[in-house]
Amino acid sequence: MAAPFKSKAGLLFVDRGARGSKLASTMVEQPRFTRSVTAHEADKGQAITFAEPLPLDCGRSLSPVTVAYITHGTLNAKKSNAILICHALTGDQFVASANPITGKPGWWISLVGPGKPIDTDRFFVICTNVIGGCMGSTGPADIDPATGKPFGLTFPLITIRDMVRAQKMLVDALSIEKLFAVVGGSMGGMQVLQWAASYPESVRACIPIACAARHSAQNIALHEVGRQAIMADPEWKNGEYAIAGTFPSKGLAVARMAAHITYLSEAALQRKFGRNLQNRSSLSFQFTPDFQIESYLHYQGAAFVDRFDANSYLYITRAMDYFDMAEEHGGKLADVFRNSPTRFCIIAFTSDWLFPPAENKHVAHALNAVAGNVSFVVIDSDKGHDAFLLDEPEMYAAVDGFIDSVAREVVIT
Amino acid sequence: MSLRPELAAIADMIRPGTRVLDVGCGDGELLDHLVRAKGVDGRGIEISQQNVNACVARGLSVVQGDADTDLAEYPGGVFDAVILSQTIQATEKPAKVLTDMLRIGRRVAISLPNFGYWKVRASLLAFGKMPRTRTLDYNWYDTPNIHLCSLADFVDLTQKVGATIVEAHALDVNGNTRRMKPDAVNRGYLGPNLWAPGAIFLLKKN
Repeated sequence: MAAPFKSKAGLLFVDRGARGSKLASTMVEQPRFTRSVTAHEADKGQAITFAEPLPLDCGRSLSPVTVAYITHGTLNAKKSNAILICHALTGDQFVASANPITGKPGWWISLVGPGKPIDTDRFFVICTNVIGGCMGSTGPADIDPATGKPFGLTFPLITIRDMVRAQKMLVDALSIEKLFAVVGGSMGGMQVLQWAASYPESVRACIPIACAARHSAQNIALHEVGRQAIMADPEWKNGEYAIAGTFPSKGLAVARMAAHITYLSEAALQRKFGRNLQNRSSLSFQFTPDFQIESYLHYQGAAFVDRFDANSYLYITRAMDYFDMAEEHGGKLADVFRNSPTRFCIIAFTSDWLFPPAENKHVAHALNAVAGNVSFVVIDSDKGHDAFLLDEPEMYAAVDGFIDSVAREVVIT
Repeated sequence: MSLRPELAAIADMIRPGTRVLDVGCGDGELLDHLVRAKGVDGRGIEISQQNVNACVARGLSVVQGDADTDLAEYPGGVFDAVILSQTIQATEKPAKVLTDMLRIGRRVAISLPNFGYWKVRASLLAFGKMPRTRTLDYNWYDTPNIHLCSLADFVDLTQKVGATIVEAHALDVNGNTRRMKPDAVNRGYLGPNLWAPGAIFLLKKN
């Protein structure tokens, strides 16, 4: 593995006078990635380290804790135009600009950017790497200050609420009292819902896409398959592969391959690949990849291990499994959103079997039950769960119309 | 863009700045007008996914849902007015829908076609076949209007579910409205049951 990226020149302390006392014990620097940068010209964003501890749902806390993030656009004088984007399981903060590790374009450039439905000419867009991740925010690959060794499995179990708590620390540090909107798909959508539940007064509007208020049994089962694949790889070394100088590439690739199937739909697989053979005219009668779908999955697995940390995958999938918003309200989801001042626009896709429309509708119903202000859109698509990342004009129209209507209620220029 | 006269008559029943639920809001024409022109806190339920998406794209708070099943989940008394425009005849359980609406809203504005309209009566009498009119232009076997009634039938239902008519307007063939005396309607004097193709009522729970 390549040496971690660290820029000493990029280290700077924040001017306390300008930002107030909230940043007194924090510092902003360039993020340290666990993988080497290939696109050196890409915007690497920032990382902010908080000296004060981040309390976690598991009872432990993280201190110090770093949140890596990137911003696009300009925060207005009233600080009323900030939109927080939350990324999915294997996403990162590079939502609208090239990823410095892979060099690939931002993962949501169809939706976020100048002139896009989330218009960076108009809004100040913030995207963070979740804690537990491997793109600069504190995660299991980081060095535990207590031992001087990588955390590995000694890293505390984190939850979606912990991720949101860390994001709130950043939003506070930026002196933003109320976010114009919080937007995200899949696990990003879970964070969006958690924002509305944890900090209702700090969120004017939220757009949870292709998500649910709890992780279903089927989804937990699928995640467990992925985790077991990683743990079964002898190179995983009980999570201490960094110390051993190994990496469970095979296990992580299998986890990714299995998960990737769940992001698509049967119809999309059939349309894209069918039973087409890869670079051959007849079956090989061997176990080498004969079919295009096999080659595609192998490629997805291989590309993934080049950019993602295996332990991060374990921790983040676990955080999703633990997500159940209604649990602490005796199973009554509606109680989570009682008296919520936030406007919601929930978006689901017909062929998404990972977070099906019914799960999304469940959230819409809960909001109806407390007379919440909710829009609920189901978009016809055969692209499966991944549709939220793909070209879906009806999603753009919904986001555009919703954001415009919220913008009519507040001065954002 | 001006509202159709029938929708304008419903809009006139809605006080500015109130909280309104439009059940079966279609593409959001009325709701959009209420939000923009009257500053209401407007919400909608619509069964057609395509219509819902159109509503949300124009900035309205609308959810995909079915009046027959989804009204039950709304809490009581949180809306100042609930609107049901040309929809009750297409519901599976009109009495339940009306009861739910009266529970959810302090006022219920409802428009409906009149199966007691003289042309409907004459058509059935003359041809002995299910009538087709301009507002009810379907064959009996493919109509979404499964619970048609006359205005007199509807007034009976309002009494059965414990509601009082506080405002009433007869609709003519062009959708223009003519005010009726609510007291007379509540007592069953209902001339428009013969000559009007439809009507709009504003109800409150007794």
